[in-house]
Amino acid sequence: MTRIGVVTFPGSLDDRDAQRAVRIAGAEPVALWHGDHDLHNVDAIVLPGGFSYGDYLRCGAIASLSPIMADVIDAAGRGVPVLGICNGFQMLTEARLLPGGLIRNDHGSFICRDQRLRVENTNTAWTGSFEADQEIVIPLKNGEGGYIADSETLDRIEGEGQVVVRYLGTNPNGSLRDIAGVTNDRGNVVGIMPHPEHAVEAGFGPDTPAAMRSGIDGLGFFTSVIERMLANA
Amino acid sequence: MPTIVVEVMPKAELLDPQGKAVASALARLGHDQIAGVRVGKRFEIQVDGPVDDNVLATVQELADEVLSNQVIEDVVGIHYEPETETAAQ
Repeated sequence: MTRIGVVTFPGSLDDRDAQRAVRIAGAEPVALWHGDHDLHNVDAIVLPGGFSYGDYLRCGAIASLSPIMADVIDAAGRGVPVLGICNGFQMLTEARLLPGGLIRNDHGSFICRDQRLRVENTNTAWTGSFEADQEIVIPLKNGEGGYIADSETLDRIEGEGQVVVRYLGTNPNGSLRDIAGVTNDRGNVVGIMPHPEHAVEAGFGPDTPAAMRSGIDGLGFFTSVIERMLANA
Repeated sequence: MPTIVVEVMPKAELLDPQGKAVASALARLGHDQIAGVRVGKRFEIQVDGPVDDNVLATVQELADEVLSNQVIEDVVGIHYEPETETAAQ
């Protein structure tokens, strides 16, 4: 069975939800600890959301310097799939595994809502289960989710197809060019600000026209990496 | 103890929502003459022993690589404040 590690940092909030999403998608979740130098030989890694180290210094900055991140960076370099969600996305930009950075929402307030997105790159390790330009709805909850990069970088990542998901409708946090998630040039490392792990089980996801809380659009991120692992096995 | 001060600001071309919030609070208090506010960070780094070129070079490196994120921030000043030493004693 595919084994997917979920790293817990001091101040992680969504590590258990990420483990649950991994399990529901059909893989074995493996709890990893920020202070270890041990990835337990997992096939893929999730950096979950939360407020690691109280967002001190900058969101994700101190976590990006934690012992296990040296191993995560090394694994990412070997092609191991890594998904950073929200605070995990911030860690990946701080670790320079992904281009750009994330700053406080332009309107200054924390935002929490179900968010429409368009999946623009379905070739990454984490988005292969989606159709090209598929529209999905998953929860978004952040205070510092404004994606920024200089215009040269933005042009480059758009040109290279490194924008994975984009916000649809009103831009929720001032992210430049409505960018909600990006990947590295190899497509194994993905960072997204919204939370797919909160939309994986009917009864607990966003509302859909069919039924209240029946949205499971987030599941595709986790099934994608499992399919990728099985295809490579 | 010798103290080295590192100052970091959000990049000038980027929106600073924190500064904007402070500016609008000041405007609410009637301070119409305040045209804008930007909020940055000041690090006071105490070092053991004398502050020589090696120590300053190390702090410069840490300022660029850890204390700031060059994608979103600039290091706008690094200075050594020997007077802090006497003030503290």
